[in-house]
Amino acid sequence: MQSKLKKLTKYQFFWPLMVLLLIILINGIISGGSFFQINIVDGHLYGRLIDILRNGSKLMILATGMTMVLATGGTDISVGSVMAISGAIACCIIDGRLLPSAGGSVAVAVTLALLAGLACGIWNGFLVAKVKIQPIVATMILMVAGRGIAQLVTQGKIVTINSAGYYYINGGYILGLPFPLYIVAFVVLITLLFVKKSAFGLFVESIGCNSTASKFTGIKVDNIKWAIYAFCGLMAALAGLIESAGIKAADCNNCGLMIELDGILAVAIGGTSLAGGRFSIPASLIGALVVQSITTTVLALGIAPEITSVFKAIVVVIICLIQSKEFKEMLTKRFAGKKGKAVAQA
Amino acid sequence: MSTLSVEKKNNKKLSITNISLLITIALLVLTFVVGSLRYDKFGSLSTIFNVFNDNAYLMVVAVGVNFVLLTGGIDISVASTVAFTSVLTAFLLRAGWNPVLAIALVLIISMAVGAGMGVLIQCFKVQPFIATLAGQFLLRGMCTVITIDSIPITDDFFMFMALKKLTIGKAKLYYYVLVALAIIAIAYYVLKFTKFGRNVYAIGGNEQSALLMGLPVARTKILVYVISSFCASLGGLLFSFYTLAGYPLQNMGMEMDAISSCVIGGTLLTGGVGNVIGSAFGVLIQGLIQTIVTYENLNTWWTKVTIAALLCIFIVIQRLLAIRAEKMKAK
Amino acid sequence: MSKENALVQMSHISKRFPAVIALNDVQFELKRGEIHALLGENGAGKSTLIKVLTGVEIRDEGTVLMEGKEIFPHSPLEAQEVGISTVYQEVNLCPNLSVAENIYIGREPRKAGHIDWKTINKNAAELLARFDMNIDVTKTLDSYSVAVQQMVAIARAVDISAKVLILDEPTSSLTAIEVQKLFDIMRRLRGEGMGIIFVTHFLDQVYEVSDTITVLRNGEYVGTYAAADLPRVELVGKMIGKDYAELDKSAKENRASKEAGELWMSVRGASTTGIADVDLDIHKGEVLGFSGLLGSGRSETARLLFGIDHMEKGDVTIAGKKVELKGTLTAIRSGIAFCPENRKTEGIIGDLSIRENIMLALQTKRGLFRKLSRSEAEKLADEYIKKLEIKTPSQDQLIKNLSGGNQQKVILARWLATNPDLLMLDEPTRGIDIGTKAEIQKIVVQLADEGMAVVFISSEIDEMLRCCGRMVVLRDKKRAAELTGNEISEATIMQYIAGGVENAKQAEEVN
Repeated sequence: MQSKLKKLTKYQFFWPLMVLLLIILINGIISGGSFFQINIVDGHLYGRLIDILRNGSKLMILATGMTMVLATGGTDISVGSVMAISGAIACCIIDGRLLPSAGGSVAVAVTLALLAGLACGIWNGFLVAKVKIQPIVATMILMVAGRGIAQLVTQGKIVTINSAGYYYINGGYILGLPFPLYIVAFVVLITLLFVKKSAFGLFVESIGCNSTASKFTGIKVDNIKWAIYAFCGLMAALAGLIESAGIKAADCNNCGLMIELDGILAVAIGGTSLAGGRFSIPASLIGALVVQSITTTVLALGIAPEITSVFKAIVVVIICLIQSKEFKEMLTKRFAGKKGKAVAQA
Repeated sequence: MSTLSVEKKNNKKLSITNISLLITIALLVLTFVVGSLRYDKFGSLSTIFNVFNDNAYLMVVAVGVNFVLLTGGIDISVASTVAFTSVLTAFLLRAGWNPVLAIALVLIISMAVGAGMGVLIQCFKVQPFIATLAGQFLLRGMCTVITIDSIPITDDFFMFMALKKLTIGKAKLYYYVLVALAIIAIAYYVLKFTKFGRNVYAIGGNEQSALLMGLPVARTKILVYVISSFCASLGGLLFSFYTLAGYPLQNMGMEMDAISSCVIGGTLLTGGVGNVIGSAFGVLIQGLIQTIVTYENLNTWWTKVTIAALLCIFIVIQRLLAIRAEKMKAK
Repeated sequence: MSKENALVQMSHISKRFPAVIALNDVQFELKRGEIHALLGENGAGKSTLIKVLTGVEIRDEGTVLMEGKEIFPHSPLEAQEVGISTVYQEVNLCPNLSVAENIYIGREPRKAGHIDWKTINKNAAELLARFDMNIDVTKTLDSYSVAVQQMVAIARAVDISAKVLILDEPTSSLTAIEVQKLFDIMRRLRGEGMGIIFVTHFLDQVYEVSDTITVLRNGEYVGTYAAADLPRVELVGKMIGKDYAELDKSAKENRASKEAGELWMSVRGASTTGIADVDLDIHKGEVLGFSGLLGSGRSETARLLFGIDHMEKGDVTIAGKKVELKGTLTAIRSGIAFCPENRKTEGIIGDLSIRENIMLALQTKRGLFRKLSRSEAEKLADEYIKKLEIKTPSQDQLIKNLSGGNQQKVILARWLATNPDLLMLDEPTRGIDIGTKAEIQKIVVQLADEGMAVVFISSEIDEMLRCCGRMVVLRDKKRAAELTGNEISEATIMQYIAGGVENAKQAEEVN
């Protein structure tokens, strides 16, 4: 039994999961149990937990893409802007401003929005992998330009749409569960299948640990990095669709604002080192839920929702310190010093 | 022997700062001339003064960020620092504080946060991006702890700073712009004529070498984050003069404006190259493009797209120059 | 030479790192007005000795006297303060600052509180003029060639403290003319009474400027000699650990001379930055040695064949077909495998398990989509852990937790798993305990017996003799000789390494 527990703690998602459970437990206590309450209305499930899952779906999708970017030691700070672009394109096509010939087809809108995201990712990947610009700088270009491009697509307006088909992306239900969850499940499953069944995951971890040595074993480091950024762009576009379907409009100013930071935070909470190396997508998903439930907790506590960022700041600092070799050394020195003294006194 | 004293390739090579800065200044002049030809009232002193009036705070922030960028770091907390400063000042003033005390307190808090980020980066080797991300979250959060509404400022001193201006003909230049210009001058002096300033450049050029040459690397690296936060906070005060209010959600994403201004002004994000005059020009060109976009009656987002395109061009130029330098070294 | 003339005296210096003894009871003495070459192969301990002297590393035992007084520098800065400055192979200046500023940063002259640029530029120009360099000191350092940068570094070092100057492989990136220029300056500084420690691996240069030579080997002191009294071949013998007199006696017994198998790979006129115009034929079933000192082109040739460095000129034919080695993957798929020299940075992937490290090359050879299943990978790992006797509790162990020898075996396993036709090993036994060393040598010979072509690179001649059936000697980026069968002996190899037949004759006369 004990060895089983020990084995369990070795999984990367173990500690993030414990944190998540702790937060949920705290919520449960504060709310006097109503937090766990799940009601069924019209065959749909409602409740705080369901809210966390539904609202966290965007972040989970982003984290899926971001995990591998961070695992290679990079970053992508353009995801928020890419979300805005994808939302703008989808809404404008449905609205008929863009491609009137498509007749407001949701399928066309979604496909083109996703392709746009993919193109953004390919651009980022090109700059990082081929031109070899630092990832932060390379993705900063699209971060600055992206919202502008989205605004140009919508001609600076908030495009509100009326399309039940499109709303379904965020508001739909299947078997009582919100539709975004199925999107998350689908995306994560496909990704995990690809990462685990092909050698892709192994190659990514290898690059993150030691990119020179990886090159020496014949891994095409540049191409893999390129693919990862492209994938990250695609995921951002998908998240953008969910967001815009949720607000039933394309709001280029606020869609995905600052979400890149939440995405990075989610992956970091999931235990993937920001310097690259081992990664776990399930752990990042849990990280995303932790970030989302911090937000929910703050709401439940009845404090201004914006204060969540203070909690996030604290979490970021703690994670960084835990990952910092220097900090560990300092602690061990402290402890060793105390022990040494204790021995001396004895 | 002659190979050493005669360096032909030298003459061809313009330094990276100069290329970017020259392009920026040329673009600035070009934009102004084109604008003047196209629009009636554009070609006047008052257009130029207005660009200064609207962007003074951003100049101060960019100057501070430039210190960090010169060491090869990055600071994405500055926009939050600006918001935090203006919100806290507005709050303190509403609570009846003396404006001088309020300003002093706000500056000190901001600098303390900067020092904290510097320590995380230098002593615990946290990546600058992440450490300043934490700072960004913290300060933005603190804003909302103070208030979630916009607080108007009615203090006399602030009103004075907000409204007093120099008038030359029809052109008006607000007093707070002079503060920004003074900061640029001081920063220029510090970077050029003090040991600290030169150490900043040395660290950005090659941190390992700086260490081997016996320069105080740790102290300098922490100090640049303090300076960056100080300038951001001062920029926040100028922003308060400009808007006469403090609102927690203002300036979201403005850190990227500051950083891109520096890059356009010739600062290399890998560190060691650039100067504050360039950063100031970087801000000005953004302001002028904004003005043109307004005159053209275009969507204001064209500004962002143009800036990003400029940014992209500059970064690629920098990269190409770096590749050429590497190749030269190999030979 | 009286004691008063001594500038630096280091005695009984020892330095241990976890796992290695870098210096063991080493002594070194530098006199005023002397150029003293410090020589030894990789791992001999010369860089550790320099680091101890300059305060980068702290010595465990021994004394260091500077002009008779004991010193204990804890940082390069402290060493500088007592008069010891160093110029490294990699120019340790800031490329973005002006030449003048690089000379004066950290000790800028000031006027009225601010930096006095006028004086800095004037003084720098004057200083450099003393070195016959009339360059614009206000330009940034990176606008000048590496040679100039090197001179600027020396000027800075000399200007800061004019007693002891350490030049750590300063010539590796300089042209012949630039080297001459550097030597002029070294001689002039010697004339001014400075003591210069000169670390290099170019023997020609050692004999050209040095007065005295100290040789280290495997962290131990071998001896100090007047350069004029030490024939080149003897010097090489001391560096690699054989007395010249013993050489002829030392038998060729260990080496089985064998019929070479069929030609597998041939290279004609291969050139890149590291090598020039190299021809090679590699046969199946033979162990081909690349011999030469560090920087001679031995590793560079292997890197080129593995597609790491870009081939500027030349042709490669594999099994009769012309191939273009565009990258490592092409090389792997053509049947080539390569264990690089720097195990830590280019070999192991530290945070991955032994199993993953072993399967990696085979996986890239198979391609992204044909993933080895978990059970296949486990079988593979088990097989090689057993076959190569890798000591580990389990195949899930992270490779960074293994000892150097076992790490090397894992890398070897990685390549053997790809079932290569040609296996290239660059310094496979460096920093590895004797037992494992012998095992690896045995494996190499065995592989060749089974029909694999092996290229073996090592700076230890003993080991080369034990393993190689044929040997190509490289010197100064060029192929100097090819030795087969009975021609291979330590004496001949050393003659070719040391530089040409003239020296060989000289050596014979000494004998």
